[in-house]
Amino acid sequence: MQYMLLFTETSAEIAKRENPQQAPAYWGAWSAYAGALAGSGIMVSGAGLQPPATATTLRIRDGKHHIQDGPYAETKEMLGGFFVIEVPDLDTALEWAARSPSATCGSVEVRPTLPPPPAD
Amino acid sequence: MNLPPATVAVESAARDSYSQLLAWLAIRADGDLAGAEDALSEAFLAAIRQWPLDGIPENPNGWLLHTARRKLIDGQRRFHTRAKNKDAISHAIETAFRELDDGNEFPDERLKLLFVCAHPAIDPPARAPLMLQTVLGMEAGKIAEVFLTSPAAMSQRLVRAKTKIRDARIPFRIPERPEWTERLGFVLDAVYAAYTAGRNSSEKTDDSLADEALWLARALAYQIPDEPEALGLLALILHHYARREARVVDGIYVPLPEQDTERWDAPMQQEAESILHRASAWKRPGRFQLEAAIQSVHASRPTCGKTHWLAIAALYDLLVHQTPALGAAIGRAIAHAQVSGVEKGLVLLDDLPAASLADHLPYWAARAHLLAEANRTQEALLAFQRSIGLSRDSATREYLLKRVRMLG
Repeated sequence: MQYMLLFTETSAEIAKRENPQQAPAYWGAWSAYAGALAGSGIMVSGAGLQPPATATTLRIRDGKHHIQDGPYAETKEMLGGFFVIEVPDLDTALEWAARSPSATCGSVEVRPTLPPPPAD
Repeated sequence: MNLPPATVAVESAARDSYSQLLAWLAIRADGDLAGAEDALSEAFLAAIRQWPLDGIPENPNGWLLHTARRKLIDGQRRFHTRAKNKDAISHAIETAFRELDDGNEFPDERLKLLFVCAHPAIDPPARAPLMLQTVLGMEAGKIAEVFLTSPAAMSQRLVRAKTKIRDARIPFRIPERPEWTERLGFVLDAVYAAYTAGRNSSEKTDDSLADEALWLARALAYQIPDEPEALGLLALILHHYARREARVVDGIYVPLPEQDTERWDAPMQQEAESILHRASAWKRPGRFQLEAAIQSVHASRPTCGKTHWLAIAALYDLLVHQTPALGAAIGRAIAHAQVSGVEKGLVLLDDLPAASLADHLPYWAARAHLLAEANRTQEALLAFQRSIGLSRDSATREYLLKRVRMLG
């Protein structure tokens, strides 16, 4: 069973990436976490994301393209990255979610993915 | 009324094994509780049709499971439109049923089902209703009544929770420490809710609900022997159960201080006592241990010759810090009325949050009782009338009517 772990972070947390004092600890925690996932052989895919300021949102309404600067919604916590993992059940997925750096200062949404479409 | 033996056999299988069959099927149907429920009720329908014609099978539970398997595979095929999945699931179900063909007894996995229902990933208001429906086989209409919601809203809540269990794949297992402390609380609450729902009804059919709740409390205390609250719940239920013959006499409810102690089940009370004693070794008193201790004090009335209300009042003082339940606050008021006089009891009742009292029968009955003790007859009559209007079973109603006659 595959689950996507969606990591949301506060803007203070995301700002650590650019802060010379805080950046090493921030990146250290994330790369250790990604390393543990990969080392356990459960990582399917994933990526960290550039800050929300780099986002562009598109909507098509009545055939018209609406292109807008920023993420789809302004919220206190923003999507910082995601991993898809292969584990037997929700409890195991939640255990991995709990180990992520954003569990303690942001949040982690855990969602089962849809099974792949049939080959035929 | 003489029912044909085949009908009786179907009924007793439904009463005694429904939740055990459901737990077994749901686990082997990849957590598809709703699918397992459908398959099982179709199997029961088939039994109603076929057993009177073909005779009662030698192994009724096995017959029901095998019939449910076919329904389950059909259902899974319809649900999973994706071919690969379809075969995998049929294969999983077939494999699971080989356990049965090998002549193994099917295991009792109700506790796993109970813990799935109490999983933190399930919407909190859905947890206890889900346990009552799946583990204790309570009808959806009755659950809606217990939780004071409309049947439609309740069934929607239940459907959503079952979909979540299946689609997010919440595992069926008894959790390990430390995660179960929180879940165990929900499980214990639901078992106790089932016990009281069964006990408070004067309908005969609900005896099985109380029996099943007692069975679950025993199973929990056995499976989780190092959790004092599980022992506390078992002791509490045993104390109540021990008084079932004294609670209603000639169709009229008898309040605890007036019960004939000869009708109490003394060996069962002793069992409760020794379980509570075991729980106390952890020195972690919780809600259920305190409530059981209160019942213990009541149970000692035949040996002491009177009820030790001072001890009861002290235990209630502790209990109201452990649970926001109105019942605890009301019991406390009654106990303090016995220790320090009715006025003290009435003051404690007056302190309760008015918003939640309007339709709370125990509150109005307790208030009426204290007002009558205080010789405030007119107010007592009004409060008794109110409680009569709120009563749902005839034994309680008859008792309250008797009190009104005594005042008049």
